[in-house]
Amino acid sequence: MLKQTALYSAHQKLGAKLIDFGGWEMPVQYTSITDEHLAVRNAAGIFDISHMGEVTVSGTGAVQFLNSVLTNDIRKLAAGEGQYTLMCNERGGVVDDLYAYRLCDDVYFLIINASRIEPDVAWLQAQAAKFSGELKLTDTSHNYAAIAVQGPRVAEFINTVIPGASVSAMRVNAVIDLKKNQIGGFKYNGHSVLVSRTGYTGEDGFEIVGGDESIQQLWAQFLTVGQPFGLKPAGLGARDTLRTEVCYPLYGHELDEETTPIEAGVGFFVSLDKGEFNGRSVLADQKANGVKKKCVAFKMTDKSAPPRPHYPIWANGAPVGEVVSGTQSPSLNLGIGLGYVPVEFAKAGNVIEIEIRGKRAAAVIVPKPIFKKADK
Amino acid sequence: MSNIPSDLKYAKSHEWVRVSGDTATVGISDHAQAELTDVVFVELPAAGRQVKAGEACAVVESVKTASDIYSPVSGEIVELNPPVADNPSLVNTEPYAGGWFFKIKLSNPAELNALLSPEDYKKQIGG
Repeated sequence: MLKQTALYSAHQKLGAKLIDFGGWEMPVQYTSITDEHLAVRNAAGIFDISHMGEVTVSGTGAVQFLNSVLTNDIRKLAAGEGQYTLMCNERGGVVDDLYAYRLCDDVYFLIINASRIEPDVAWLQAQAAKFSGELKLTDTSHNYAAIAVQGPRVAEFINTVIPGASVSAMRVNAVIDLKKNQIGGFKYNGHSVLVSRTGYTGEDGFEIVGGDESIQQLWAQFLTVGQPFGLKPAGLGARDTLRTEVCYPLYGHELDEETTPIEAGVGFFVSLDKGEFNGRSVLADQKANGVKKKCVAFKMTDKSAPPRPHYPIWANGAPVGEVVSGTQSPSLNLGIGLGYVPVEFAKAGNVIEIEIRGKRAAAVIVPKPIFKKADK
Repeated sequence: MSNIPSDLKYAKSHEWVRVSGDTATVGISDHAQAELTDVVFVELPAAGRQVKAGEACAVVESVKTASDIYSPVSGEIVELNPPVADNPSLVNTEPYAGGWFFKIKLSNPAELNALLSPEDYKKQIGG
């Protein structure tokens, strides 16, 4: 039985095409992936992200605990700030990638992948059992629904939907005053909601977490208020093409328990100088001595079908790796993807081939991100 | 509401067939293109290939996924539609005209009787 979010009936009313995503019945598209993708790049789009998980970590030991299980340095966060970070096993493999927010002094809020809620919570509890400081760890996923409102025009109308100053976390006079990666608590129709200036699209935008009722009301109000600005409801299909263009990893594709953040190309979010943490010795060795395989971005140069996950990657006439994400880029109108290759092939400008249904088509390794606004 | 021309036959897998003499033209239905949305690539079979009814012989790719196209009838592929390979969005805009894929010389015309009438296809897609 698939789980449904608080916005399920709203998706049905909009005529969304629904698919199973990590055990959730989610909209993959409403009208067309291309239209929804371009709405987010050029104007605005709204996504249901209620399937994502939330974990609250509090207590005087929270900082020390989180710094022992996450790769980024949580001490960098002031109240009301967030950071992208990863959770690794002892081998340096990725248990999950997530956003960690500091809501106030000793209260942290983690937003984790839907498909990883159970393994993450089990992993965190096992780590907490070995931890001696004061700590409270709660899976609050079932308390929250969430939406992402993304695109260059969102800043023009979000204050109309969520008016007034914040009341907790980052104190700002208006939601628009939040800076990238900041999070504020706001009152919306009498309900408390958390709003962060974050996203998974490469565009400016906000993510909003709250109870079912407030998120249902926000969804409806954003559709009405945003419509004159070009806002469209956008599904997981556009979410995937948007994040692939800007090379944000997706757990289960670029990241898994046998792949490290260094191999995945997100070593920037691994803070080796903060002290001991899970996976540190492996990650330190890889940062110092290099990796065997690396996640690269590529563009198709031959006219070809779009690359797809698991297609073989060839170099110098031999198969050397595999595509992990691939699609037709709606912004660039050509096939793009991400894949793992041995490090000796992982140089921008190198020509590779993607095997598509038994035939090989030429591609070139490009710097990340694949798409930048200036390219247009 | 999906367009289902009355002069065509349909396969359960959403291809249409237009018969002229001993040759059938094959494409996909308006319903199928609407389900796929955003066709970005069409891979046609080789001319001269012998195919059996129900055999996968072309591929249509949307942004999200690749879908096989099955020949509704048996025979030899005698003509392709290069414009649809150059401009795959024809599958979306003209599924019954410029969006056709290939023509096939029927080796067993009796197979046509096993295909769906417009009325039966309409029932199948819940129209």
